[in-house]
Amino acid sequence: MSTEYISFLEHQGKYKGIRSWIFATDHKRIAFLYMYAIASFFLIGAILGLLMRIELISPGETIMKPQTYNGLFTVHGIIMIFMVVIPGLSAVFGNFFLPILIGAKDVAFPKLNLFSWWLFMLGSILAVASQLLKSGPPDTGWTFYAPYSTTTGTNVITATTAAFILGFSSILTGLNFIVTVHRMRAPGMKFFNMPLFPWAIYATAWIQLLATPVVGITLIMLIAERLFGIGFFNPDLGGDPVLFQHLFWIYSHPAVYIMILPAMGVITEIIPTFCQKKVYGYKAIAMSSLAIAGVGFLVWGHHMYTSGMSEQARWFFSLLTFLVAVPSAIKVFNWISTMYKGSIDMKPPFLFALFFIFLFMIGGLTGLILGSVATDIQVHDTSFIVAHFHYIIFGGMGFAFFAAIHYWLPKMYGKMYNFTRANIAAVALFIGFNLLYFPQFLIGIQGMPRRYFDYPPRFQWAQITSTIGGFILVSAVILMITNLIIGVRRGAKAPANPWNGTTLEWQIPSPPSLENFDEEPLVKENPYDYK
Amino acid sequence: MDNHGSHITEYKVLVRVLFVLLLCTFLTISVTGFNLGAFTVTIALLIAGFKSYMVLSYFMHLKYESLLLRILVSMVFVLFIIIVLITFIDYSFR
Repeated sequence: MSTEYISFLEHQGKYKGIRSWIFATDHKRIAFLYMYAIASFFLIGAILGLLMRIELISPGETIMKPQTYNGLFTVHGIIMIFMVVIPGLSAVFGNFFLPILIGAKDVAFPKLNLFSWWLFMLGSILAVASQLLKSGPPDTGWTFYAPYSTTTGTNVITATTAAFILGFSSILTGLNFIVTVHRMRAPGMKFFNMPLFPWAIYATAWIQLLATPVVGITLIMLIAERLFGIGFFNPDLGGDPVLFQHLFWIYSHPAVYIMILPAMGVITEIIPTFCQKKVYGYKAIAMSSLAIAGVGFLVWGHHMYTSGMSEQARWFFSLLTFLVAVPSAIKVFNWISTMYKGSIDMKPPFLFALFFIFLFMIGGLTGLILGSVATDIQVHDTSFIVAHFHYIIFGGMGFAFFAAIHYWLPKMYGKMYNFTRANIAAVALFIGFNLLYFPQFLIGIQGMPRRYFDYPPRFQWAQITSTIGGFILVSAVILMITNLIIGVRRGAKAPANPWNGTTLEWQIPSPPSLENFDEEPLVKENPYDYK
Repeated sequence: MDNHGSHITEYKVLVRVLFVLLLCTFLTISVTGFNLGAFTVTIALLIAGFKSYMVLSYFMHLKYESLLLRILVSMVFVLFIIIVLITFIDYSFR
C-alpha cells in the first residue's frame, strides 16, 4: 500500500480539468472558486471606482456624462457590496478554514455549499449584465431607495433580481456554517475550545440566515411595485418610502457586520500567532462577536435620521448605535493587550493586521459621529459618509482579507511568497488608501455631497489628492497580487507550520489532504496555547 | 456526525398535530367574520404564531432537540418581535 501524501489539489476525483473545480463539493475547492470569482469582481469594481476618481479630478465633465457617473457609482456599489465584501471572508476563508479549525472533514452540507457558489455566480452575472443591457445601468445607488427606484427607466429589476439571488446564496452559506459548527466539531472540541475565527464565522452565519430574507422580500416588493403598480413604497400609489428604508436597512446594517465580523476573526487569529502569546480575553472576544451580531440587528435606523422618522425613533436608534460600539471596542482592547509583552514578529500578515486596527479605529470612531443625531444631520449624504464606510469596509474587511491571504496562503497552496515585496505592497496600500479617503472626511464636513458628478472648485485639492491616492492604491494591489501569484507559481515549498501557530490548520500538511485530517485531531483546551 | 439520538415521532402524534393545524386554519377564517377592529391582525398573528410553534415542535422535531437549539430558535422569534416593536417606535410617534 502506498503511503505517498496526496493534497486536495492533486487529488483525482470523479471529474477532470475545469469540471473538477466547478462540480467540486470539497469545501477547499469551493473556497478557491469563490476566491477567484471575488478577486475578479473586485478588480472590475476597482476599475469602475478609478474611472469615477478620474471623472472627479476636475470640476464639470471630465471623461463621462452625469448619467454614466450615476450608473458607475451604482454598479460599483452593487459589485463591491453584494459580490465582494459580503461573501468575501466568509465564503473564501470561512469555507476553507472553518471545517479545518473545528477538526471536521468538510462542511455539513457539501452539495448545498456548491449550490451556493452556483447561485452566487448566477447573481453576479446578472448584476454585471444590469450594467450592459439596453435600458442602461441602474442609477439608484446600491441602496435602491424608493420611490425613485420604482419609477426610473434603468435596469433596476435586473439588478435587484441579482441582489435577491446573491442573498439566497448568502443564506444557504450561513445555514451550512451554523449546522457545521453545531454538528461537525471534532470529538472533545466544545464551543469554548474553538478558535476565535470559527466563533466570528458562526456569529456572522446567524446574521446571514436571519437578516438576508428581509432584503430579499423587500426587493421582491420593489419588483412587484415596478411590474404591477402595487403601492408599497410610492406615495402616489398610497405607499410609504420610509418603509423601504426601514426594510432595506434592517438587512443592510447587519450586513456591515457580515463583512466586519469575519475580518475581526481573521485579525484575532493573526495577532496571537505573530506575538507568540495566548490571546487576551478569549471569552470576551467570543462573546463580543455574538453581542455585535445581536445588537447590530437593532441599529438600522441611524441610516435614516433625515428620512422623516419620528423624534423618539431617532433618539432610540442613536442610543442603540452607541451600545454597539462597546463590543467592537472590547475586541480592539483585547488585540492590543495580546500584543503587550508579546514576542512580535513583523511578517506581512501582522503588518496588514496592524493597518487593519488603525483604519478600523478611524472608521469606527467616525461612525460614532454618524450615530449621534445632531452631528449626523450635518454630514448626512456628504463625502464624509463615503470616507467613513470605506474606512470600515475597505480599511476593515479589505485589509483583513489581504491579511488573511498572506496568513493562510502557505496552507492553501503549500507555497511561500516574498516577504519584502509583500511588506512594500502593504505600506503602499496603506499610504494610497489614506490619501484616497481621508480628504473625503474633510470636504464632507465642508458640505461636499456624495454621489455628485460636479463640485465647486474649492474642493478640487481634495479630489486631486484622492485620485492620486486611488492610483497608488491600485498600483499597490497589482504589486500585491503579482507577488502572491509569483509565490504560488515559483515560491519555496511551505512547511506545515510556517508561523509557529497553534490552531488545528497548522497541525496538518500544506496544502491539506482531501479530508483534512488523516487521523483524529488533537484538540487542546485552549487553542492559543503558546507555552 | 452522530444521528443515533434522532427521535422518531409516532404517526398518530403527527396526525393529531395536522388536525390541530387544520382547526387553526378554520379558526383564522372564522374570526374574519367578526369585527374586531385593531385586534383583527393581532388575533390572526397569534393563531399563525401558534401554528408555527406546532410545526417547529413536532414536524421539525424541535421539541426533542437539545435545550441549546430550542433557545437559539426562540431567540429568532424574540429578535423578530423586537425588530417589529422598534419599527413601530417610528410609526406610532410620527
